[in-house]
This record gives sequence, structure tokens and C-alpha cells, in this order.
Amino acid sequence: MRSKKFRSTLITFGMVVAAFIACQVMISTGAMTRSLKGQLVPICAYIVMAVSLNLTVGISGELSLGHAGFMSVGAFSGIVMAMWLSKGVGLANETVCLLLAILTGGVAAGIAGVLIGIPVLRLRGDYLAIVTLAFGEIIRNVINCLYISLDGSALHIAFNNPNVPGKLLVNGPAGATGVTKIATFGMGFALVLFTLFVVLNLIDSRSGRAIMAIRDNRIAAEAMGLNVTKYKMMAFVTSAVLAGMAGALYGLNFSTVAASKFKFDTSILVLVFVVLGGIGNIRGSIISATLLTILPELLRAFANYRMLIYAIVLILVMLATNNPTLRSLVQRIIPHKKGQKKEADEA
Amino acid sequence: MTLFLSYLINGISLGSVYAIIALGYTMVYGIAKMLNFAHGDVIMIGAYVSFCAMQYLGLPALVSVVLAMVACTALGIVIEGLAYKPLRQAPSLAVLITAIGVSYFLQNSALLIWGSAPKSYPSVITLGSINLMDGQLVISGGTIVTVLANIVIMVALTLFTGRTKFGKAMRAVSEDKGAAELMGINVNATISMTFAIGSALAAVAGVLLCSAYPTLQPTTGSMPGIKAFTAAVFGGIGSIPGAMIGGVLLGVIEILGKAYVSTELGDALVFAVLILVLLVKPTGLLGKPVREKV
Repeated sequence: MRSKKFRSTLITFGMVVAAFIACQVMISTGAMTRSLKGQLVPICAYIVMAVSLNLTVGISGELSLGHAGFMSVGAFSGIVMAMWLSKGVGLANETVCLLLAILTGGVAAGIAGVLIGIPVLRLRGDYLAIVTLAFGEIIRNVINCLYISLDGSALHIAFNNPNVPGKLLVNGPAGATGVTKIATFGMGFALVLFTLFVVLNLIDSRSGRAIMAIRDNRIAAEAMGLNVTKYKMMAFVTSAVLAGMAGALYGLNFSTVAASKFKFDTSILVLVFVVLGGIGNIRGSIISATLLTILPELLRAFANYRMLIYAIVLILVMLATNNPTLRSLVQRIIPHKKGQKKEADEA
Repeated sequence: MTLFLSYLINGISLGSVYAIIALGYTMVYGIAKMLNFAHGDVIMIGAYVSFCAMQYLGLPALVSVVLAMVACTALGIVIEGLAYKPLRQAPSLAVLITAIGVSYFLQNSALLIWGSAPKSYPSVITLGSINLMDGQLVISGGTIVTVLANIVIMVALTLFTGRTKFGKAMRAVSEDKGAAELMGINVNATISMTFAIGSALAAVAGVLLCSAYPTLQPTTGSMPGIKAFTAAVFGGIGSIPGAMIGGVLLGVIEILGKAYVSTELGDALVFAVLILVLLVKPTGLLGKPVREKV
């Protein structure tokens, strides 16, 4: 059993490494189109987002509709950190700068995760979902009122007041402007590996089993002496930290980033990755995040129709995967599906 | 004081629109236990249909509203039949994603048909305004019609669900689908009917919303949709009077927040109040507490 899980983990890591090498080869041979090349860092960020959301939705079993809020916190704190380091302190090394920015993004989103988690995790089901949605919107609104400027090496933070001394880094509703694009595909790849390492290890640990036990039956888990709040918090905050890191990476890939980039639609987009990839299936999240980020690019030839096609594909996939006749057909063709095998073992 | 009153009246007017949208959410949630994210986009379609009827066909306002209601009712039934009915037994997340797919579909269809440029919506309401307190306090015709429409719809729906056979069937299905079916209730027809009513209300809400805020574009429905959904949860999802109270309160909080706290933070304030309410009453203002069975 143990070796099987280990093999599955190896396959997941191997797949990511292979994809990275394939991309590098394509870049060096010039086989990759410009538009696809521009998508590499966002793809990494979305993979991290999807895997981290899968931790909340799939492993911990809480539907979160505000994941983009954490991404936004990470993006803005990361950008401010990077700009402060490079322009205020004079740190020339971009990689160190990026690394510190990503860490800052993670820490800031983690703090937000703790603050939001305390009230949110008291609720259940759809009520929890709506409150995460509400928090996502609140974060977006608050960042819209935030003005941060750099004056020498001093940071000035003002709320709802654009008159701050020095050069504006974050300009209210216009967002962060004049950002140095320091995010690299290599760092994105490293972040994906780090995320996989954290999430897969968490799932396979004592805490991870506790989290899943609480998901499957909260009352039974509580009766076994598990601290429900602690473990739910653990999953939620880990997920927030990773989302913040992804946000910092994503934010530093563009020269301007506005808070409206991380609205409700983005949370939904990531949720779509998770659900299409299979809830609780980490490898599925990686694949679906990659494919669905590229898909609109591939459909570029259809211009105006591409989002329409995207919507239709989404509906059809959901209908097909939940169709009982189709499901039994698939199981007849591929008899060694998980569920059936277990039944056969029991029989 | 008059300023405060006029803000309050604006808030009630906006809140009444939210309440009408929230009714659609709450009814569908109550019966199908699903968050119908496409509801906000049905509002947008309703507004576009009435816009076209008035602008291109030159129909009178009232006829255009009826036309929009008919179109949205048909749309609601078609969406339910094609996208949601096959997923009755599916996990709720699958249904949620499908609803999101439908929402994208409607928005992008509208984008292709009507273009992304905002259209200026002519108000359907020709009623004059009322001047009170020597003309210091003006209540516009739009506000009066919106609030009246809200009250009429509320009373009609309460009577419908309480007195008629179909309304009772709806309540029965929302309580226990299996038992309702055993009692000879056609569950599928009842659910379709609920979607039809919700969508017809969405058309009304769309017309009222665009009469008050006259920019019409394919994303017009999404934010009011989310806020109305918040209103439904606020009042206790599944409860019809709850949707009304939640909607009106939300509208008042939003307008007062924008006027007295900050224009930027009006929306944030709405959501903050929602969170506070849910922390004190986890099932909303009028929601029934759910007892947990072991």
C-alpha cells in the first residue's frame, strides 16, 4: 500500500519535471509560440492555486469561493516587497528579490487566512461558501482603497487617501503600476514542486489523515478526540499561504496588476480547475489547470466564440462525467477502476 | 435629515430589486438545493429582451416587460431541462460548476448578440415623482413602482406557496423529494415550474434594475446576482419573507454605506454585515436552525 502511494507521488513529480523539461526544450528550439511562452508563469501560478484549493475543497471538504482573495493579498504584498527591495533597499539580485517577494506573499496571505479562517470555519456547507465569497470581495474592495508609496527607502501606506509622499507603488483602484517583471518560469516550476511537496506530504501525514477523517464524518472524528478546529485551520491556512505565493509569482509577471484581476471570477476559474481535475485528486488539478489555461489560447482562432466554446465544453464535461450510462460504459471498458476493484476485493 | 431619508428611500428601492432577484435564488435553492449562479445572467437577458422590444420593435413598455418575462421563463425551463435535470443525482459541486458554465454561456452569447458596448436603457416607468416636505424630499416614480412590485410579488408568492396546489407541491418537494414523489407529486414538473417562476421574476428584476441604473451590458447581471444571493443567505436561504427582508436590508446598507462611509467600501460593508449576521445566526435572519443528528 505504502509503495503504491509512493509510486503515485513519483508519477506526479515525474510528470511535472517532464513537462518542465519539454517546455525548456521547446523554448530553446524556438518551437514555442510567443503567446504560449507568455502563459508559462500564469500556468505555474494557476497550478499552485488549483492544488492549494484542492486542499481546501477536496481534502478538507470545505467549498471556498474566495480563493482569489488570498492570491490578491499575496500579489500585492509580494509586489510591494519586491519593489521595496529593488528600489528602496537596492537589492540587485532578481532571484533573491523574487524569492523574498514570494515568501512575503505567502506570509501575508497566511495571516489573512488565519484571520478569515477563525469566523469562516465555524460555518458549514453553503453558508461557509458564501462567507468565503464575501471575504474575497471584501479583500478586493479594501485593496481598491489602498495607496502605498515608496519615498526613498520608506514605505507609506494610506487608506482611501491618494496623497502619499513619494512614488506610488499601489494606486488604489488602478492597482500596482510600473512593476518590474521579475517572475521566471524556473521559479514558477520550483514553486509548483514546493507546493506538491507540501500538499502531498500533508495529505500523507497524521494531520492529513485527521483532516480527511473530519471531512468524512466530523462528529465521529471529534468523538475520536481530534481537534476539529485545529485541523480545519491547518488545511485552510496552508492553502491560503500557497495561494499567496502563487499570487506573488503571478503579480510579478505583469507590469500592472489591479485588484479587479482577482475578483470572484478568478476564484470560480480555479474551482473549475479543481472540479474538472477531480476533487481531491492533486494530479488531476495540475493537468486541468494547465489544459484549461491553454485552451482559451488554442481557441484564439475562433476569436469571439472561444469563451462560448469554453462554456459549452465545461457544461458538456460535467454532464458527461455525471451521466450514469456513460459511467457504467466506461467502467465496462476499463474494468480496473478504483471503485470496482474494491468491490471485487470485498466479494 | 431629508438627505438621510432620501438615501434611505434609494436604499429601499435598490433593496427591492435585490429582493426580487433573491426570491429566484431562494426558491430554486429551497427546492433543488443548488446555487443557481446563472440566475444573475437571466436578469441580464431579460433586460436585453425588453430593451430590444422597446428600441427595435417599438413596442410599449408594458408589452416589452411581458415579452421579457415570457422569454426568461422559457429560458429558465430550457436551462433547467438541458443542464440541471441530468444532474439531479450528481454531487452538488458538479451542479455548481454546471451553473457556472451556464452563466458563462449566457454572458458570452449576449456578448456575441448585442456586443460589449454598454447600451443606454430607457426607463420603462413613466410615473411622475412625489414631492414631500416642500419639495425637499423627492420620491421618484421608479422607486414607487419598484417597491410596489416587490410587495405585490411577495404577497402573490406567499399566497401561491401557501394556498395553491402547485405551491403546496413545491413546499413538499423542498422538504422531502422522495416522500413527495410517493404522494403522487410530479417532482420534475414542480422543479421546472420553480425555475420558470424564478426566471420570470428575474426578468422583472432586470427591467427594474436597468430602469434605475440605465447601463446595460453583458456583465450587468453578475454583481447584482451575487449581491442578491448574499441577500438570500442573509435572510435565511429557502425562506420567502427572509429574501425580502434580506434584500431590502442589503440595499439600505449598501446605499447608506456608500453615502456615509466611503463610495469604494459600500460593497465591502455589505459583505461585512453578512458575515457578522451569519456568525450570530448561522442560518440567516429567518432561517430555521438545522438540528444535527448523529
